[in-house]
Amino acid sequence: MKTLGSTLLEAKDLSVRRGGVLALELPEFNLRAGEILGLIGPNGAGKSTLLLCLAGLLPPAKGELVFAGQGLVSARNLAAYRRRVTLVFQEPLLLDTTVEENISVGLRLRGVENSERKRRVAENAQRFGLAHLLTRPARELSGGEAQRTTLARACALEPQILLLDEPFSSLDPPTREALLQDLGRVLRETRCTAVFATHDLMEALHLADTLAFLRDGRVIQSGPVGEVVNHPMDEFVATFVGMETLLGGQVRQCAQGTFTLAVGDQEIIGIGEVEPGQELTVGVRPENVTLALHQDGESSARNSFPGQVTRITSRGPFFKVELDCGFFLSAYVTAPSKEELDLREGRQVFASFKATAVHLIRK
Amino acid sequence: MDLIWEGIKEALRLLFTLDREVLSITALSLALSGLATLASLVMGVGLGLVLALNRFPGKRLVISLVNTGMGLPPVVVGLFVSILLWRNGPLGMLHLLYTPMAIVIAQTVIATPIIAGLSLAALQQLPPDLRLQILTLGATRRQMVWVLIKEARLPLLAAVMAGFGGVISEVGASIMVGGNIKGSTRVLTTATVMETSKGNFDIAIALSVILLVLAFAVNAALTHLQQRRRPR
Repeated sequence: MKTLGSTLLEAKDLSVRRGGVLALELPEFNLRAGEILGLIGPNGAGKSTLLLCLAGLLPPAKGELVFAGQGLVSARNLAAYRRRVTLVFQEPLLLDTTVEENISVGLRLRGVENSERKRRVAENAQRFGLAHLLTRPARELSGGEAQRTTLARACALEPQILLLDEPFSSLDPPTREALLQDLGRVLRETRCTAVFATHDLMEALHLADTLAFLRDGRVIQSGPVGEVVNHPMDEFVATFVGMETLLGGQVRQCAQGTFTLAVGDQEIIGIGEVEPGQELTVGVRPENVTLALHQDGESSARNSFPGQVTRITSRGPFFKVELDCGFFLSAYVTAPSKEELDLREGRQVFASFKATAVHLIRK
Repeated sequence: MDLIWEGIKEALRLLFTLDREVLSITALSLALSGLATLASLVMGVGLGLVLALNRFPGKRLVISLVNTGMGLPPVVVGLFVSILLWRNGPLGMLHLLYTPMAIVIAQTVIATPIIAGLSLAALQQLPPDLRLQILTLGATRRQMVWVLIKEARLPLLAAVMAGFGGVISEVGASIMVGGNIKGSTRVLTTATVMETSKGNFDIAIALSVILLVLAFAVNAALTHLQQRRRPR
């Protein structure tokens, strides 16, 4: 985990309206130098609104952004700020000219001197694998090349904060993967502070240090990636971070940091400080559930239940198996395991998961 | 048949011997319509930009008016400009009626809505987020507008040529506010009307050929631009 610098951009009691409707309410926002913040949420959650606001393109209805200790209400400060940040949109939005001219457009607008401009264009074309395409007209580029050009164009500005609004969502998976790798490398190399929006958790996990979950124009949970992913605040975040099994029940007993939760007729053992009698929800990730044909006495998993396969769906490299164990449980298995266990609907199996795989969801 | 044949022969002679009068009429036509197009370019693209970049109540109405204006009949413009410039009309003290300037004014009124309407369409076909993208690359508002104009340069050029094509070929307004005065306000179209009514088909044909060549040149250039622009 890298160490983050001091606060670079902050806001208090920020609210932003779009088309007369309150689109974003942020009691607190804090971005530290070098931090890469992933904004996650469904469409319409306010991710784009937040990015436009952070880019200085959408003035807040209430509250103020403070950049490096300077308020951004005055037009002069805002204009200066807008030259220190840049936003990459989901669509490439290239100008109808060559790749080289596109990468240098922001530098020209700033009046950056010729030799320096050439140096930065060459450097960023190299970084994003565009060196051989510099003289190509932008309209002849493929989707991936076009998005690489927009990233090179943004990075050429050497922004203090790079804002990205779902930059990969219109690309095909291999292109997206390659571009994600390149962007991650450039962000590490340049130690650039960045905020990027996505609705894909894998992208966020790849790039981000911290995550913020947005829904209906509010941040519902934020924090370091590991914390958010393992301790989702509510069921919405839990499903978004891939906890497909969510179980509600009442705490039976607790001892030495473990607890027993009554879920239907079954009891699930988990780890955490809770009170007997308390109603709570726990989540289990499908990748933490293992399936077997017989109950394994040797296993260290403290939770083991017989269950019936109710549905099997392909998830590309693996299969998602849904079980009825007296409660709903979902598990991932690889294709060879599916063969070996002869998994099909109606088949009886044993599902087990460790007590540490039971995540408490605070409501 | 002879009439036409003789007319064409004479017309070619006038053209290839660079007849002084034909040349001066052509030059005046180009100058007046060019000036009117230039004035319309400034006002039309300006209006197009204002309409494309701003939101205000009544914007739709203004756009409808501009679009209607694109088909403004030249005789109607001629009538209103005549009334305005009439000796005891509101702008009578300028003594502009029956001067080349009157033609420029009338043609500007005709071409401005054409260029405004097509500019608006050209700017509106740019992606809506492009403005924000240019701003976030560090542009001031003025720089942003300039980048947008450059980005829409081909359809804007087409708008200018459509405006020019509209005014070089109109006759109604020119004859009403200019009066077809020899050596002063006689342009290709008004001269053609006059020569035809006098039965001088040779000169009328020569003038028409020039007009057709000009119209063809404008259209050829337009087509070339449109075909060059491939879809992204």
